[in-house]
Amino acid sequence: MEPLDQDLDASELELPTEPMLLNVGPAHPAMHGTVRIVMELSGEVIERCDVQVGYLHRGFEKMCERGNWTQVFPYADRLNYVSPMLNNVGFSLACEKLLGVTVPERCQWYRMILGEMARISDHLTCDGAMAMELGAFTPFLWMIKCREMVWEVMEEETGARMTHSFGRIGGMAAPPTDGFKDHVRAVVAHIMQVLGEVERLLLGNRIFLDRLENVGVISAEDAISLGWTGPCLRAAGVPYDVRKAHPYMKYGEVDFDVPVGTNSDSFDRFMVRIAEMRQSARIIEQCLERMPDSGPVNVDDPRIILPPKNEVYNTIEGTIQHFKIVMEGVKLPAGEVYGYTEAGNGEFGFYLVSDGSGTPYRVRIRPPCFLVTAGLERVITGQMMADVVPSFGSLNMIGGECDR
Amino acid sequence: MSQALIELVKQSFPDAVLESHSQLGDDTLVLAPGRWKEVCRFLKDHEQSSMNMLIDLTAVDFPNREPRFEVVAHLYSLDRGHRLRLKTRVGDRDGETVELDTIADLWGSANWLERECYDLFGVTFVGHPDLRRILLYPEFDGHPLRKDYPAERIQPLLQYRDEPNINKVAPFGPDEGMPFGRQTHKFGIEGEDDHLAPRPRVITPADN
Repeated sequence: MEPLDQDLDASELELPTEPMLLNVGPAHPAMHGTVRIVMELSGEVIERCDVQVGYLHRGFEKMCERGNWTQVFPYADRLNYVSPMLNNVGFSLACEKLLGVTVPERCQWYRMILGEMARISDHLTCDGAMAMELGAFTPFLWMIKCREMVWEVMEEETGARMTHSFGRIGGMAAPPTDGFKDHVRAVVAHIMQVLGEVERLLLGNRIFLDRLENVGVISAEDAISLGWTGPCLRAAGVPYDVRKAHPYMKYGEVDFDVPVGTNSDSFDRFMVRIAEMRQSARIIEQCLERMPDSGPVNVDDPRIILPPKNEVYNTIEGTIQHFKIVMEGVKLPAGEVYGYTEAGNGEFGFYLVSDGSGTPYRVRIRPPCFLVTAGLERVITGQMMADVVPSFGSLNMIGGECDR
Repeated sequence: MSQALIELVKQSFPDAVLESHSQLGDDTLVLAPGRWKEVCRFLKDHEQSSMNMLIDLTAVDFPNREPRFEVVAHLYSLDRGHRLRLKTRVGDRDGETVELDTIADLWGSANWLERECYDLFGVTFVGHPDLRRILLYPEFDGHPLRKDYPAERIQPLLQYRDEPNINKVAPFGPDEGMPFGRQTHKFGIEGEDDHLAPRPRVITPADN
């Protein structure tokens, strides 16, 4: 076999060694979302690179300061648009932490099921896209078809496939539908079956393995220093999962494992996501068993939750409540809070500063993608140009969340 | 849980801690801006705290206060599982000179987080290796997350850049905004290369 460019000593070849600048993106089909990488290449090896983000910056943090707290939910949807339910729930939990309320048990199970479904759709997209970028188109289509099934569940529950805006402060916009549990069970069983087929298709494939194994390696120390969280950090062997380390909702009561990688390469990141989907299915199964079929979904607090419509139309108290919540917004007490949850890509935090009026004073979104993308430079420096695409794909950078 | 940590910092740096509180389970220390980096390094290295992760760094603008900006950092220790929020207050009321020591050499994540904070709030981190705008473009005028930046403000259109040899180019290109220098290409021999360079089309009255 001929030696790769990497193994040759450039000084022995007496070739011109002027570095070449290559600009990939922002609108390149292999760049998920819009990110741009400027690389200085020596042959095919990346000597230096500069990762530039911000092409999808829409000023969400500024826009959040213009409405009321409930009007932040549509913006939260559009952060990680592959798993919007996790963002919705994350923001609800941060607001509820500041308010000091806990939603009823049924709502907590409901949020967990929807959240884990969203996590499955997030990981399906990432792994499917990774496979497709390496030429394996079939698993991509299978996985996207599965994602479509997840979104059908979401559509039935929320009325929208992607941008649900379904979370509310102190509950959810609507209770679970009648056929919810059966629908989820059927979809999850099907997805688990497809996952097995995808594994059989990919994990015996020489091309797929050679392109991912020992490529895009980052040490655990670097990953921690760079603030990586989520599947990328766990692939480096650090078992940090917010659901396990700081359980919120009912995650302390369900039984699940935190899969970790050993090599911290692209292949581990792929496999960690596959394993996490199985764990999500385990969590969903336990949640479905324990979620009560009846009972309240929203907290019983007229200052937070809109009254039922027949009260709004027929009683003066209902009308006043409705008017105050819609016109002035839910009034979060003055103070500051950092609420954090485990989203598809890692720790997803909201640092909220409230001045006691109905309008947010500051909504800081702590996006996991932003810091993972910050590490891309370290991951691909010294690699071959062709390895940029799978390495970048394995980080699962979501433009909406990274650039806000 | 981090109460002991607050006491530890208070004992080690009695003059650096301005105030501290624990609200809703979030333990907070407000530090003097001059001691910011020193306390951060202490928290990272001290065995009892071992904060090996900088989870988040941002700022909040309080235009009616002096100092005006509150820089907020969230630290997390993977080994011990505790969190701490650090705050410091910097900047005068007109927001002209807002400076704070960088902590990018302590945690790698601070590099991009401080760039974002500089971009959106105009907080200059002294000693930062690569302080450029990150979410917005270099020519952006102002810092949009400041409270005195109106949300409906429209930015001016960008002019084409004048480049030697190439006359005019669009305000973006392969070498824009890189940390490592600009590479210029010379087309052919001096004086004889005019025909190679792309020229802007000039419409003269005779064309019409």
